Formats: sequence, C-alpha cells, structure tokens
Amino acid sequence: MTQPALDLAAVSKSFDGFPALAGASFSVAAGEVHALLGENGAGKSSLMNVAAGLYRPDSGVIRVDGREVAIDGPVAAKRLGIGMVHQHYKLVKAFSAVENILLACGKGRFAGAAAVEQAIRRQAEAIGFQVDLRRPVGALSVAEQQRVEILKVLVEGARILILDEPSAVLTDKEAEALLGMMRQLAAQGAAVVLVTHKLGEVKRFADRVTVMRGGRTIATADPKARTVAELTSMIVGELVAEKRHPARDVGEPILTLEGVAGCRADGHRVLADASFALRRGEIYGIAGVGGNGQTELAEILMGVRKPVQGRIAIDGTGDVTHDGASRRRDLGLASIPADRQTYGLAGELSVADNYAVQAVRSGGLGGWMRVDGRAAQAQAATAVSAFEVQGVRGLRQKASLLSGGNAQKLVIAREFASQPRIVVAHSPSRGLDMRAAGAVHRRLREARDAGAGVLLISEDLDEVMLLSDRIGVMSGGRIVREFDTPADRQAIGTAMVHHG
Amino acid sequence: MADFLINWIANVPAFAVPFALAALGLIVTEKSGVLSLGAEGFMLTGAMAGAGAFLVMGGHPFAALLVAALAAAALSLVFAAMTVTLRVNQVIAGLAIVFLAQGLTGLIAAKQGWTNRPVEGLGRLDLGPLSDLPVVGPILFSQDIVVYLTVPIFLAVTYVLSRTMVGLRLRAVGDGPDAADAAGVNVALYRYGAIMVGAALVGLAGGYLSVGVAKLWVDGMAGGRGWIAIALVIFARWQPWRALAGAVLFGGIEALIPRIAAVGLQVPQYFVLMTPYVATLAVMVWASLRAGAQNRFDEPRALGQPHLREERR
Repeated sequence: MTQPALDLAAVSKSFDGFPALAGASFSVAAGEVHALLGENGAGKSSLMNVAAGLYRPDSGVIRVDGREVAIDGPVAAKRLGIGMVHQHYKLVKAFSAVENILLACGKGRFAGAAAVEQAIRRQAEAIGFQVDLRRPVGALSVAEQQRVEILKVLVEGARILILDEPSAVLTDKEAEALLGMMRQLAAQGAAVVLVTHKLGEVKRFADRVTVMRGGRTIATADPKARTVAELTSMIVGELVAEKRHPARDVGEPILTLEGVAGCRADGHRVLADASFALRRGEIYGIAGVGGNGQTELAEILMGVRKPVQGRIAIDGTGDVTHDGASRRRDLGLASIPADRQTYGLAGELSVADNYAVQAVRSGGLGGWMRVDGRAAQAQAATAVSAFEVQGVRGLRQKASLLSGGNAQKLVIAREFASQPRIVVAHSPSRGLDMRAAGAVHRRLREARDAGAGVLLISEDLDEVMLLSDRIGVMSGGRIVREFDTPADRQAIGTAMVHHG
Repeated sequence: MADFLINWIANVPAFAVPFALAALGLIVTEKSGVLSLGAEGFMLTGAMAGAGAFLVMGGHPFAALLVAALAAAALSLVFAAMTVTLRVNQVIAGLAIVFLAQGLTGLIAAKQGWTNRPVEGLGRLDLGPLSDLPVVGPILFSQDIVVYLTVPIFLAVTYVLSRTMVGLRLRAVGDGPDAADAAGVNVALYRYGAIMVGAALVGLAGGYLSVGVAKLWVDGMAGGRGWIAIALVIFARWQPWRALAGAVLFGGIEALIPRIAAVGLQVPQYFVLMTPYVATLAVMVWASLRAGAQNRFDEPRALGQPHLREERR
C-alpha cells in the first residue's frame, strides 16, 4: 500500500462533555474511494469535519502525505488540498455558480472572474458535469447545486475530496451518475472519501470501507469480500435484524373508507377510489409505487386535505369525512406525517414547546388564559427519556437541530401521548438509519398491541412486509388487491405494477 | 407654461438628491443583510451636524457635508453594535435610532443655538456660458456641486457592489451569511462596514438638506424623507439605478408642491403635502404586485437576520 494522502490517527473530540469521537482512525490513499459507513450519530460527519478544519480535535494526529499537520480552519484545510462537500450546501442562493466559486476561492481579484469561469468550465467538462454557471444557484435543482459544490471544491484544487452523504438528496439516477463521477475522479488520482449509511453504494462503488460506531472506527474492510449481513452487523453491533411480530388480537373495524377520492394541488385526481377497513389491533400496510395516491390518502386522513368524494367513518362516531384535523385528533387519531420537519414539528420552537402543543390544545396544561410552563417542561422531559429521543442537550433547544431519527421519535412521543385509537403513519422511517427505524417500528407495534388500529403508508416494501398484518396494494389511486400476511413478495410486487 | 415646466424641472434635482443618496446608502447597508430602519435618524443627524459644522467652522460647505456624513456614521456605530454584535432585533434597533436622533439633534441644536439660524450654505456652481443656455441651462448647468457628484457616487458604489471582491463578499454576507462564513469572510466586519458607509451616505443626504437646500436647521427637518427612502429601496428591488429613477420621481412630486402654490392653483395645502406619501403607498403596492419569480433573488435573503455561527448541527 502506498502512503495515504490523508491519515487521521486516534482522533478524539467532545462537545459539552459528550464524546462525539473517541479515538477514531481513518486513512485514504490517492486513487481510491474509501467509504465511511455508520449510523446517524456514529461520528462520521464529525470525523470528516475535523479533516476539513471545521472542528478542532481534542487529541489525535492528522497527517497529509505522511507529514504531520495542524488544521486550524477551513482555509488551512483548503491549502492542504482537502475539500469537503457538506450535507447542507454552503452556497449563496442569489449568486451564480461562478460568483459562488469566486467567493470561495477568495484569493483572486474580481478581475479574475473570467479566468475562474474558464477554470470551472474546464473542470466541469473533464468530469462530464452539465451545470448552468450563470443562473442563480437558488434556481437550480438540488442535484445541480451539489455539482456546483463539487466543482467549487475541485476548482480550489482539492486532491482529497470528502463527500458527506452525497446521495441523500438525489434521485437514484442522479446518485448513480454522481458515484460514477466519483470513481472517475479517483481514477484520475484523487483520494475520495464517501460518507454514507447506504450499504448498496458501498458495495458497488467503494474500494475500501471503514465502519464507525459510537465515535470509534470499528473495522476497515474490502466491501466486495463482505456480505451485506456482515457489514450490517459491523454497523449496528450486537443488534439483530428485526423480526416479524404478527398481531395477536384483531378486533372490529375502527376506520372505514368508502370510495374516497382526492386531488393534488394542481387539480389532478390522483386518489381515485380508496376503500378499505382498518381494524383494532392490526397494522394495515399500504404498499405501492410512489405517486399512486398515497400522499393524498395520508393527507386526507390526517385532515389537511379535503376529499372530493367518498366517506370516512370512525367506529363509534360515524361520519368524519368533513371534519378537520383538530376534531379527528379529539377522536383519537394520531398522525405521523412523511415530512416531519414541515408538518410534524415547528423547527424554530423548542423541543418542549413542540411536545406541549398537543396537551395545550386539549387543555391538559391549563385553560386558554394560561399555560403551565413547568408542567409542559416536566412532561416533555419524561417523554424525551421514555421515547429515547437522543441529542437533546436541553428542552429549550430548537427542534430543527435534532437529527432525523430523533425528530421522528419526538413526533411519535407527542402523538402517542394521548393513547390514540387510530395511527396514520406515512413513510415513518424514511431517511432513518436501521437503529432509529427499528425504534420507530417498535413503537408502532406497541400502539397496535395496545389496541389501536395502525395504518402504515410506505413506499418501502420491506418495511410494509415486516410490520403489516394485512397489506393493501395501491395502484392508480385505488386499493387493487389485499393480502394477508405472511404474503408473497413477488405477488405484491406484481400487483404494484400491474393495475389490477 | 414653458416657464412653469423649466422652473419645475430645474428644481427637481435638489429635491431628488436627498432621496437618491439616502436610498443608495440604504442599499449598501441592506445588501449586507442588515435592515436599516434608522434612515430618518441618520438623516436628521447629518442635517443637524452639517448646519452646525457650517456655523462653527466658518462657512466651508464641503467640510460641513463631510462632518454630516461622519456624524451619521458615528451614530451608526451604536446601531451596528446593537444589531451585529448584540444581535438585537433590527427593526427595534432601527426605530430606537430614529427616536434617539430626533431627541438628540433637537437638544444639541437648541443648546448650541443653531436652530433656525440661516446659513449661507452651498452655492450654485456656475458653469459660465453653459448656464446661460435657454432651457437646458437652468435644468442641467445651474445646479450645485452635490447634484453633479451624485452621478459619480452612484457609479462608484454600483461598481464596488457588482464588480469587486469587496462587493461580492458584502452581497454574500447579505444573502448567505453561512456560505460567506464558510468561505472565510468576516461577516461581522462586513456588516459593520456596510452599516457605517450606508449611514454616511444617508448623513450626506441629510447634510445636503440643511446646507444645500434649506440653508437652515429646523427640528425634524428630514420630514419623513428617510422613511420614503426605505420604501424607495424596496420599490427599486435593491438596485441602485432604479433607486435613482425612483428618487427623481419623488423629487419631481416634491418639487411640484411649491410650484403649484406659486402659480396660484387652488389645491388644499394638506392634500398637496400628502402626495409624496400617497405616492409611496402606491409604489409599494405596485412593487409587491409585480414582485414575480424573476425578482426573487433581488432581495437579500438574510435581510433582518442576525448571523450566529452554529458550531454543531
């Protein structure tokens, strides 16, 4: 093995006494793609932020080309040829790509703008990128913005390229193209670090993989020589794969839909005729290819979108078709929306406030004149620990600072606080790592076992198959077939694509 | 009628220049992401300091205008410290500056005996035979030096904002402070600079009011021009040349008021005095109606938001 281009040895770093990195070591050589794999919060981003000069390590040694260096800021990292593409892009939205890159390069005078643009064009051509360099980046798609970020790093002259979860925001096709480009850069002599939690990417695109867990680097291996199961157990440690737990005590229907139809915002009728019954004590999974009316169904049930046709009834109450979200909540319907940061939480408010909204409405924290702040804090604290919401440094912390999994746990803690009779969960584990997804699944099962009817709408067939007691396949805006579980995956897949 | 028109148009620049310079100053400040509602205060400060300096320093109009700009810049340091360093709400800090300046200018001028004392002020620049030309003479070649300087000042500021690294960084700070920070730009330094340069321009506008136009200091003489300048900036979508056009429009309305009275037209006085503000409202409504998709990158995205580096997300 040649000398590594970047070598991090026994790096430790803690925040407010909480260790994010505990003696992590990692190295990458020129010409290879080295994947850094681990769950959310395992320390992958922290370790790479040390390399990029954003965090200063408490201890540890950093070597570039075998020479020990101190990286005391992003500028120092840049000078050493280390460039990082962050998860949250550092771009000025009103600026064109050229202006953004000019800003970041910094050294040049403005008169050099034409030269910089030339350099960008050459670079873009060399790796086959097509980006409009003159339009404001805010008007570009997320994938294009990412390309601008990568071009920025390359134009700055980075030889060591760190990509932090680059495919998280891309479609499969875009991700494919990006990862192919990454291989090409490595072939041209760059050292590429791919931070990810997607095993498929690692197996297909990485030369080496290092697994992190709990702030430590667990092992480095050749991804092609390891099975997915082996890699999984390296990532999650002792945690075993989830097993099915069928329902024990299924009761009468609690939520009935008859011929419910709904339109998208543009007036297109995507939900044509949804009819099914959800029973007490079961998880009813709705499988289907995305865009077949699942989103509209979820929004109609949560009461944020009006159905144009059909009838929704809740057992013991009767017709609730035209009732709004708050009345449905009063009737015991809890909702876990797909976009938790927009519809599930108010990001700018504190964790405690986000938890308290439910109880404030129902009068649990005092009347309309007064809110019992202390009780709200106490309840939130209890819920945060009961539902294992991690990363909460204080209840006053903004909810938007929680990671995806923990934000979802907070939503669930709030929604389940009042013992719901019906749970509508839409893609509840999207974007979560295995451990967080497992925790979310466990909560859904617990709600079911406590007698609630759980409706799981998910585009992830594995998730539907794992959790559901019955499965309805949605296609073209209708439930085309229902399956009892355990069901044949092949048959479900066929029903999903063939409009039954 | 021709006399009326020539007289009116010849007076437009003197009324337009305070709007133009103030709007330009506000654009500089707001491009850095700081919402500057204190314009009226900076203008008053400049007007009072200009008149005072003229009286104290023995009649140097240029020195007086310089002092006007510097005084406003000095006061803006308070605003900058509040909004950038202490991250006080920018709206409240701006309003506080206005009220502070209203009280302070009245107090100082009264103590020093500057109130209502006529000054000789800034004279017209005589361009010899050019000034005697019919029609264009009085309109174009019989103005004072500040009117002529306004155009180069606009050129210079526009150049700096759009064609230099300093301008690029300043705009980056106003639109994406996180990105600017990551690129190694000192966000606080740029905002301090933008606030002070912007306030100096607004102060210069104020100094021009007292030393160049009224040739007198009266309490509260800015008379809402600072507020109109704020509206002008929004109307101009933060673009200097459009702000200049808007300033000419408002200057035209204002210059019309004394003309109408002079020719003996019977229009209620308060109605006439109200017109600039009605025009402001109309312009704001118009600007918001046509703020379409192509304009969505004009407004600095971080306008009004204090910058706080979040160490760990």
